[in-house]
Amino acid sequence: MNGRTRDDAPRAHRSVLMETAMALVRHRVAFAGLVILLGLIVMAAFAPVLAPYDPNEQDLYQVLQGPSRQHLLGTDDVGRDLLSRVIYGSRVTLAMGILSTLFAAVIGILAGLVAGYKGGIWDAVIMRITDTFMCMPALVLALVIVAALGPGMKSVVISITVLAWTGFARITRGQVMIVRELPYVEAAHALGASGYRIMFRHLLPNVMAPLIVTATISVGMNIMLESAVSFLGIGVQQPTPSWGNELRIGYSYLEIVPLFSIAPGLMITLAVLAFNFLGDGLRDALDPRLRGEEKAGS
Amino acid sequence: MLLEVRNLSTHFETDGRIVKAVDDISYCLDTGETLGVVGESGCGKTVSALSLLRLIKDPPGRIVQGEIMFEGKDLLALSEEEIRAVRGNRIAMIFQEPMTSLNPVHTIGFQVMEPLMIHKGLSRSDAMRECIELLKTVQIPDADIRARAYPHQFSGGMRQRVMIAMGLACAPRLIIADEPTTALDVTIQAELLELMKRLTVVKGTALIIITHNLGVVARYADKVMVMYAGRIVEKADTRDLFRAPGHPYTRALLESVPRLDQDLKVKLRPIEGQPPDLAMLPSGCAFHPRCPQCMDRCRHEAPALKNVAERHEVACWIHD
Repeated sequence: MNGRTRDDAPRAHRSVLMETAMALVRHRVAFAGLVILLGLIVMAAFAPVLAPYDPNEQDLYQVLQGPSRQHLLGTDDVGRDLLSRVIYGSRVTLAMGILSTLFAAVIGILAGLVAGYKGGIWDAVIMRITDTFMCMPALVLALVIVAALGPGMKSVVISITVLAWTGFARITRGQVMIVRELPYVEAAHALGASGYRIMFRHLLPNVMAPLIVTATISVGMNIMLESAVSFLGIGVQQPTPSWGNELRIGYSYLEIVPLFSIAPGLMITLAVLAFNFLGDGLRDALDPRLRGEEKAGS
Repeated sequence: MLLEVRNLSTHFETDGRIVKAVDDISYCLDTGETLGVVGESGCGKTVSALSLLRLIKDPPGRIVQGEIMFEGKDLLALSEEEIRAVRGNRIAMIFQEPMTSLNPVHTIGFQVMEPLMIHKGLSRSDAMRECIELLKTVQIPDADIRARAYPHQFSGGMRQRVMIAMGLACAPRLIIADEPTTALDVTIQAELLELMKRLTVVKGTALIIITHNLGVVARYADKVMVMYAGRIVEKADTRDLFRAPGHPYTRALLESVPRLDQDLKVKLRPIEGQPPDLAMLPSGCAFHPRCPQCMDRCRHEAPALKNVAERHEVACWIHD
């Protein structure tokens, strides 16, 4: 019994990442989400190649056309190709959804780490600030911020970040409060690790799983919020195409060319669904207990 | 003297009640010596060890008085940064639960490297080289491969070896092993204790072994300290303690353990009753409700430690 269990030595390199990826592929709904998402990302990345026209090129002889061979989804109110605008719109919408989630996650995780690890007065102050932000009505706050900073991509990202960081803070704090009591954290203290090191090296990696899930679902929610703000006309401004503002203009012509608003609307739905599916799948994939059950079942 | 603890008291406050987990204990330890700390669960063994490194969470815990002189410095007077430089570097601690004392998201190698990078400022590659050497000293086979494995791929005994390697990393002057083998098979217990003892003897490291296993104490400790309800009730060289236990509690402890050289007809005698609630200690000597030799005086007055022989102190009125 000198630990000569060599059979498990080669498996030593099968990382958590690999196992998660495997579990994700097995999870059908998550896999669907992943495929849709990859499609959207390819669409955004290769927009100039995929789009048949320049999204800003107007053709005032052909406004509000239905689908045709020339314009697969028809044209908008100033004769721009709708398909091209939807394709380019994916860039703006995805970028804003992902960016704002990233900022929100960084702020929220930092706040939650400090609150959960330091406790006491730090915890009280940070969590009260979080509560304050949480009890503001989302759309109204977004309106106020955009009104103050002026419309545009930057102010939309800022307002979504301000709204979304609280969720990350709460989850991080809760998880940290559980993990910080575990023996290995005490052992890290006994090794002489600094507070900074314990927070980032020992606590953060151990609370990452639920945060990854939250972040994924949060991207979907932020896309919705961005669309809502743009729909209200205070988000991204024309001529920059985003699904939200396409929907808004299309809405006025709903009876003439329904595709004008249905196409961007469907894209929003698809994107949000994809992120939610993926989030659900990640939740299962990252939870070792559920993974075990699934194995036993199949 | 490497370590001198004077009048150390650590109290916890919960719901307005004060729990005297460690109450006015003093002891000392020289380079290369091994001290065994024995006692029932909840008698303050672990808290006294954690107090040395100031790892008591405040609130609810607090070191209310005392001095801990280590290498000529009072650890209780150090700044937060200075005490951090002592932890894991001059004094290392080996925890009682090898299954949960390693961080599941980091490789074994990373965790053994960590003290080296914190205290010695080694680069990653130097630390890795050192780490593999350490894993070899604690007899982990294929150290260079195993260093890249995660804790869940190790058995309990192997993890405890890793914990020992982490403890030894910075060549500390003192290692505190808190029930280092409780969670392991008996055969591995002996192997690991033997290993730990050998490695500390080689380097002249002092060792504090906290345990409730009297066999471990008899075999590995030079000195023993018996704790009851947060206080030291007896302190002696190991041989003297086993030959002539002075406190009724120590005697009771010894009688509750089977001995191979004992007459088979002699029955084991458990200690009647429960250890006391540390927030509501009985008056006088804390052991008096369970003591077979309880006298009237024991109910009212707490005895202090007194010399009964050379280097043998007992806190009991029967020696008065």
